[in-house]
Amino acid sequence: MTIFTDIGQYLLMIKGMFSKPENGKMYWKEFIHQCAEIGIGSLGIVAIISVFIGAVSTIQTAYQLVSPLIPPSTIAQIVRDTVILEFAPTLVCIVLAGVAGSRIASELGNMRVSEQIDALEIMGINTKAYLIMPKIIGSLLMIPLLVVISMALGIWGGRLAGTAAKILSASEYDKGLLGDFRPYNVIFALIKSYFFAFIISSIAAFYGYYVKGGALEIGRASTKAVVVSCILILFADYVLSALLL
Amino acid sequence: MIEVKNIRKSFGDKVVINDVSTVMKAGQCNLIIGSSGSGKTVLMKCMVGLFEPDSGEILYSGHSFTEMGPEERTEIRKEIGMLFQGSALFDSQTVEQNVMFPLDMFTKWTISKKMERVNEVLARVNLVEANKKYPAELSGGMKKRVALARAIVLNPKYLFCDEPNSGLDPQTSLVIDKLIQEITKEYNITTVVNTHDMNSVMEIGNYILYMYQGNKEWEGSNKEIIFSKNERLNQFIFASEFLQDAKEMRMLEETGKIPHHRNFGNTQQP
Repeated sequence: MTIFTDIGQYLLMIKGMFSKPENGKMYWKEFIHQCAEIGIGSLGIVAIISVFIGAVSTIQTAYQLVSPLIPPSTIAQIVRDTVILEFAPTLVCIVLAGVAGSRIASELGNMRVSEQIDALEIMGINTKAYLIMPKIIGSLLMIPLLVVISMALGIWGGRLAGTAAKILSASEYDKGLLGDFRPYNVIFALIKSYFFAFIISSIAAFYGYYVKGGALEIGRASTKAVVVSCILILFADYVLSALLL
Repeated sequence: MIEVKNIRKSFGDKVVINDVSTVMKAGQCNLIIGSSGSGKTVLMKCMVGLFEPDSGEILYSGHSFTEMGPEERTEIRKEIGMLFQGSALFDSQTVEQNVMFPLDMFTKWTISKKMERVNEVLARVNLVEANKKYPAELSGGMKKRVALARAIVLNPKYLFCDEPNSGLDPQTSLVIDKLIQEITKEYNITTVVNTHDMNSVMEIGNYILYMYQGNKEWEGSNKEIIFSKNERLNQFIFASEFLQDAKEMRMLEETGKIPHHRNFGNTQQP
């Protein structure tokens, strides 16, 4: 029964976000603030993870392709497609569920516990619209951008590792990158990242907004938000792959 | 004026507010008192709409708040200021930004006009050199004063204070009480204060509602409370020897007689 109650409450929260802003400028300010928090705040970890994912993919692909009949440029093709199709959107979004999702849940949870949300309600502000909407829209804008950056850095990391380990030359890698490239893969990755962005921000906001209790519950809500987001990301990844590929 | 009519609120099987009716008058400090768990915070939250009562009605200047739609409620809420027990200041904003927040949200004033108003209310709560400080850098009393400044910055008609003295020393509590009283009279606000601080009751209680286990047990002024014959109320207010003595002193001054019921609520004394 709890799961149905939670789903109902989640849908009501989403519905409650849609109302006329009390002051457009304040909402815009909050939206920009959230974009900076989610985008700039997560850029460092996304960059580090992406470079290493690309590097490790190159080395492990080369380790498995032992046949002399397969040209080395194939390694670049495999790394490119793996990074674009799976690593950049899915793995980065799982990391973002931990970084941005837990921040959203704990921020809202702290506001709830310290009565800041009540204070906003008393002022006559729709707190769902003012606090949650900018976080979701900010995520929908910034997370796909982070995924695109991750794609580029992952591919670059692969090139760096491939040439450093003398697995293949830079020109062979570049040749492989251009060979049999399907632009639809990038579109598919972006579609996935929009779904994941919505999952990360809305689930984290839900668990944070409805926290009851004290500091301990904020921590629990934050952990629960990350766990549920990760499961839903993996489930959505499977469904979208089955439907769109 | 706020009218509370037959409010009832329960959580599961537990009835927290049971058929409470009262009238909170404008220009007065209306106090809701009672021991912990007596339902005073729930009653206040029902009054401001943070909780929906199971039955009954809340009227703001004759308009039924309980029957209003979200848009009408938003309009009424713009006339409400609330001082929360934990101050509820926005952690990421400075004192100035906290107080300016309602002005940013609900007015189209210029920055200079908003700053002027912020400085005016901060001066009113005797807090002039803390504009750029963050809530974490303030003492408990300063936080309450900032929260009070934020609550009155839009000139509200109704001011709600939930345990304004909790966690404060007696001297700072007195300062906060005085401020609430002065602001109430100055702006002719209907002020509702939740407290179990007897000093506040004696200091600012123009009207007092005593709650006991979710029921209205007694109502009257701070002049009447000292002579009340209600045993539960007497147990609550004369829990300290100091107040017992104060009561005797006052009775002696006003009637020339010492009360015969000497041992209310203090069973260890003869």
